[in-house]
Amino acid sequence: MSANAKTFNPYLPQLAAVVERVDETRDVFTLRLCLHDAQARAAYRFQPGQFNMLYLWGVGEVAISIVSDPDDPDLIDHTIRAVGRVTRGLQRLKPGDKLGLRGPFGRGWPLEAAQGRHLLLITGGLGCAPTTSMIHYALQRRASYGRLTVCHGVKHPDDLIYTDRIQTWCAAPDTQVMLTADKGTPEWRGRVGLVTQALEDIDPIMFKGMAMMCGPEPMMVSVAEDLLKRGMMLTDIHLAMERNMQCAVGHCGHCQFGGKFICKDGPVFPYAQLRALLAVRGF
Amino acid sequence: MSQPSLLARADFDSLIRALAARGYRVLGPRVRSGSIVFDEISGAADLSAGFISVQEPGSYRLEDSGNGRYFDYVHGPESLKRFLFAPKETLWTVSAGGEVSFKETLPDLRPLAVIGARACDLAGVSVQDRTFLAGQHSNYTDPYYACRRENLFIVAVNCTRSAATCFCVSMNTGPRARAGYDLALTELDEAFLVEAGSEQGETLLADLPLKPARDVDETAATQAIAAAADSQTRRLDTTDIQALLFSNLEHPRWDDVAERCLSCANCTMVCPTCFCHSESDVMSLDGTASEHRREWSSCFTLQHGYIHGAQIRPQIRHRYRQWLTHKLAAWIEQFGASGCVGCGRCITWCPTGIDLIEEVNAIRATRIDTPAPFASLFPPG
Repeated sequence: MSANAKTFNPYLPQLAAVVERVDETRDVFTLRLCLHDAQARAAYRFQPGQFNMLYLWGVGEVAISIVSDPDDPDLIDHTIRAVGRVTRGLQRLKPGDKLGLRGPFGRGWPLEAAQGRHLLLITGGLGCAPTTSMIHYALQRRASYGRLTVCHGVKHPDDLIYTDRIQTWCAAPDTQVMLTADKGTPEWRGRVGLVTQALEDIDPIMFKGMAMMCGPEPMMVSVAEDLLKRGMMLTDIHLAMERNMQCAVGHCGHCQFGGKFICKDGPVFPYAQLRALLAVRGF
Repeated sequence: MSQPSLLARADFDSLIRALAARGYRVLGPRVRSGSIVFDEISGAADLSAGFISVQEPGSYRLEDSGNGRYFDYVHGPESLKRFLFAPKETLWTVSAGGEVSFKETLPDLRPLAVIGARACDLAGVSVQDRTFLAGQHSNYTDPYYACRRENLFIVAVNCTRSAATCFCVSMNTGPRARAGYDLALTELDEAFLVEAGSEQGETLLADLPLKPARDVDETAATQAIAAAADSQTRRLDTTDIQALLFSNLEHPRWDDVAERCLSCANCTMVCPTCFCHSESDVMSLDGTASEHRREWSSCFTLQHGYIHGAQIRPQIRHRYRQWLTHKLAAWIEQFGASGCVGCGRCITWCPTGIDLIEEVNAIRATRIDTPAPFASLFPPG
């Protein structure tokens, strides 16, 4: 290769535009994006569980999971919590505003291994976002999967997002949705308590299926260990991880977790690969 | 690749001039701020001659070698890393004047020749290749690294001395340069034994006033390199190292080393293989353009383990443990090779003289081996 040879540059964002911004809660919003270049748009494909790097002009990049339907890669949805400089800036974008997008990156949910199995999706807080495209994927291919149980926990009822989608899921065949809030309100009709306690009420047949989780690490570990006690196979538990990803391609080193890079070996991992290290503080 | 030849000491200038004539910017060892660094040279007279480095944990001192040799100093704080993986560079720019557009800013480089790379430095490059070039261990090529890699001409020097902190023998990387160089030199009393390791190196040899090497020269070189190897007293026992470290993550030695570690990141800055970097944006003053930059970062910084409001490795013991377990163990899982090449720079340049070998030995001597599932991560063999 000569100095001028053209190598694909995995760090270079593509131009994208905001099609719509949906404000989910006070600090959570969904950005619906469309790649600007028609060719790039036509070539863009993703798998449920993968993520994009979104670049806010002059501020920086953040890794955000893709929540939309892989069958419609023209419109790429990202649900984001405004917590830092970049995400707070992204929250102010309006339809037509431009930003940078590169991706998709990483390894998503185990779609093939999940075929024909019951799927138990357990999420905490904004962890519902990375699992959403998996839920849609399965519901679009309803016959390919067994029963679907979505168990979603939030701290406070006000944190609940995707209420429209959740209603659609409730109406889908062989699909059960359990909502739980750490603290209830008079209007809250879901369970009150930790999402980890909700396993009590899940039909034990689901423990013969496959679990997919996303949420705070202690919550995922606690649920995973409980699932194992209830007879689920270790190899059937998968979780989506989060770290400070800056390059998204295994070069910047920030997302290392033992011998794994969350960005390229994950973000979805079989629990067996992470179990030992998740038990240690400081990795 | 080629039969060794002999370049007279008096003709060393011809190597530098030949490289310059081919358009290379030539760097060689020079003294700056009390240590040897790679700096621009236009002739042999610019090289620092007659130095040895006395290296100990937490200490580096140049002394008069009592001879006029160029390369007895062994090494300074720099490896080849900064010539391939730039300490700070702009990856792309984005302008918002009218249409927003992204533009990659690949380095437009004059080819670079570095004289004086050591076997450990070559090993470091080969380790970084696994991170930054697409292949078995990486899905994507870093175009900035690749660009510099293609433009680098490496003149290696086989070590005929070892510093007290060197342990390349136990990491099986030196002191003789094995691969990855264009030319390799062994410094003898009155001449250099020269070997080519690439086509470019071979071609360059044609420009030099070489004589065929005699058996006695080759023997002298081999003996000098062997003597350097024999003089190394530090050994890192890597037996079972993945299981050892990952089964002892709660060993009290991590608390002990954390008492001495300043978390200053020096070890990672001088390491030839550490690849962590962080990215940031710098907006132009008039607000019409922004540069997206990256610069070397370190797992010893708090920024490294930051994730929206939480700190993953809040204590120094977490950060030192992250560094050591990665360098010596997790690296093998990631890249099929150790992240340590035995150069000993992290020992020399640690302000408090922490020696990773001592840390590993201490853990090995009093291992507490947490039972499975840790051990199951790394089955023996």
